[in-house]
Amino acid sequence: MMTEVNPPQALQAEKLPAALIAEMEEAITHYPVSKRSASLPLLHLWQNHFGYIDDSGVQWIAAKLELTPINVLELVTFYPWFRQQAPGKTIIRVCRTLSCALAGSQAVHDSLCRAAKIDPEAAKHSHGGLPTSPDGEYSIEFVECLASCGTAPVCLVNDELHENVTPESAPDLLKSATPNPQSAI
Amino acid sequence: MPALSPTPHPKERRIIFGNLTKPGYAPDLDTYLAHGGYESLRKALAMKPGEIVDLVKASNLRGRGGAGFPCGAKWGFIKYDDGKDHYLVVNGDESEPGTFKDRYILHQDPHQLIEGVMIACFALNIKLAYIYIRCEFPQAAKIVWNAIQEARAKGFVGKNILGTGFDCDVYVHQGAAAYICGEETSMLESLEGKRPYPRIKPPYFPAVLGLYMKPTVVNNVETICHIGHILRLGPEEYTKMGTAGDGGTRTLGVSGDVMRPGAYELPAGAVTLGELIYDICGGLRPGRKLKAVIPGGSSAKVLRGDEKIKLKEKQPDGSMADREVAITDLRMDAATLAAAGTMIGSGGVIVMDDSRNMVQALNNLNQFYAHESCGQCTPCREGSLWMAKMTTRMLSGDGVVNDPAVLKNVADNIAGRTVCAFGEACSWPTQSFVLKFPEEFEEVARGKIPAAAV
Repeated sequence: MMTEVNPPQALQAEKLPAALIAEMEEAITHYPVSKRSASLPLLHLWQNHFGYIDDSGVQWIAAKLELTPINVLELVTFYPWFRQQAPGKTIIRVCRTLSCALAGSQAVHDSLCRAAKIDPEAAKHSHGGLPTSPDGEYSIEFVECLASCGTAPVCLVNDELHENVTPESAPDLLKSATPNPQSAI
Repeated sequence: MPALSPTPHPKERRIIFGNLTKPGYAPDLDTYLAHGGYESLRKALAMKPGEIVDLVKASNLRGRGGAGFPCGAKWGFIKYDDGKDHYLVVNGDESEPGTFKDRYILHQDPHQLIEGVMIACFALNIKLAYIYIRCEFPQAAKIVWNAIQEARAKGFVGKNILGTGFDCDVYVHQGAAAYICGEETSMLESLEGKRPYPRIKPPYFPAVLGLYMKPTVVNNVETICHIGHILRLGPEEYTKMGTAGDGGTRTLGVSGDVMRPGAYELPAGAVTLGELIYDICGGLRPGRKLKAVIPGGSSAKVLRGDEKIKLKEKQPDGSMADREVAITDLRMDAATLAAAGTMIGSGGVIVMDDSRNMVQALNNLNQFYAHESCGQCTPCREGSLWMAKMTTRMLSGDGVVNDPAVLKNVADNIAGRTVCAFGEACSWPTQSFVLKFPEEFEEVARGKIPAAAV
């Protein structure tokens, strides 16, 4: 008898709310010269709603903008912001680059990972998919310069910037976080 | 501690940050209007477009994004009535490590930017503009977009602006966390919905072939904000604030090992690097010595704390003579830092004291460039990763004595061999760190691993 290992996931494009479609259509109007310019905004809107972008999303957006799917997929795979796997409910991005590193972002990252029960070493070498806590609540990633070097080290918790974070104050970020997806305009 | 102090240092002259640190200042339109907002736009709309371009030329405004190209010259490349559509793209990607000035404008004073955008569009016959904001500023994108809607409702944006018959629309476009999009032609590809590979030059300027292959001006957020102030103050008063070839004020972001890191706005060349670090930023931590300064964003070549720089200076009799100065005596303007072999770039000053290991600092930057290379050109794609792997290996104790020489060799073979300036941006740190701190690189290459972690 066959056992079902992974139950098939419903395609994102089959669960598309009318409000999201309306938002995407409005975004397209910002680009009167070329619809293709709306690929990034549509990908943002899609990811904000679903948390990540599956193949059906790539195909839906391509069809909407009269592109071939590879025109959209090559953006998803190029830009570090876009994901093809579901993240935790709260995404915490710790700035890794020089000014934050000088101010101790490594220790902040380690402290956050410990508090969320993510292996900090494994978190540095994750490929495909964000390092996520076992309960699915938190994803923590090191990112490049967040442009707040004067208040280093900084973390972006969903949409919210937190400045002058210390290893001691970092675990509080997990508690204070509101699990909202990043929202585009 | 806020990065932008509510009380300016006596040496500061705040025009860009002038309003946004005032008590009660908010990013809404009413607040902006109460502070004299959109008066420069009214003034501009009563002028001839060519006169505005001439004012910008006379102001000696240099681009604040990093390359420091004269803004008036860039605008001069646009032919007002060549029958083509023109576009303006505002670079709000602010992703050069060490740079954090545009963040405050975008979050706290969006109308200052929108006013500058509208003046630029009127001067250059532009009907459509985009403000490209990095997606790591999600709130800024919302704030700027709300401000655009407010401005449109009051007739500062959109159709028939202030009853003059001039139409112009502006939209916000969010990036997706790629540093390369700060390169202007990469930004245009990104805006066109393509993979943001920088375009092959020539043409060297998007003013020839830009967005949608039409004449386009790409300006940094801070640069565009200066336009309104040039109209308000007039070019004479504006240029008086700067040096001969570098007009107006400059925002400088200081980070790293200083007591008061933060963003400051100073007349170009008004202070030396030493005054900036010891006077304005409160100096180093107690008992520490200055070891290294990256003066203009992570791509700028590093200065060694104790090095002497030979500057060519004009003598009273008109002849030129060399003068040797400490790095703390260098004036913070474009020409002086260029003469010192580095650049003022985006004004991001990263200070490191003697507790820091330079191989670790370089390794941090090498990881950044390896991550951010777009992969289009082989020397950069392979070289940036190679340099990152080498500094990582050295720090893990597996260095060999010729590592510093090989590092330099790899860097030397990237710069000048790529489509865009990322090639230089990723090689300059390696070239300058290895050149200026040879003893430290040799020590690590021989297996002496630093304990302190960057």
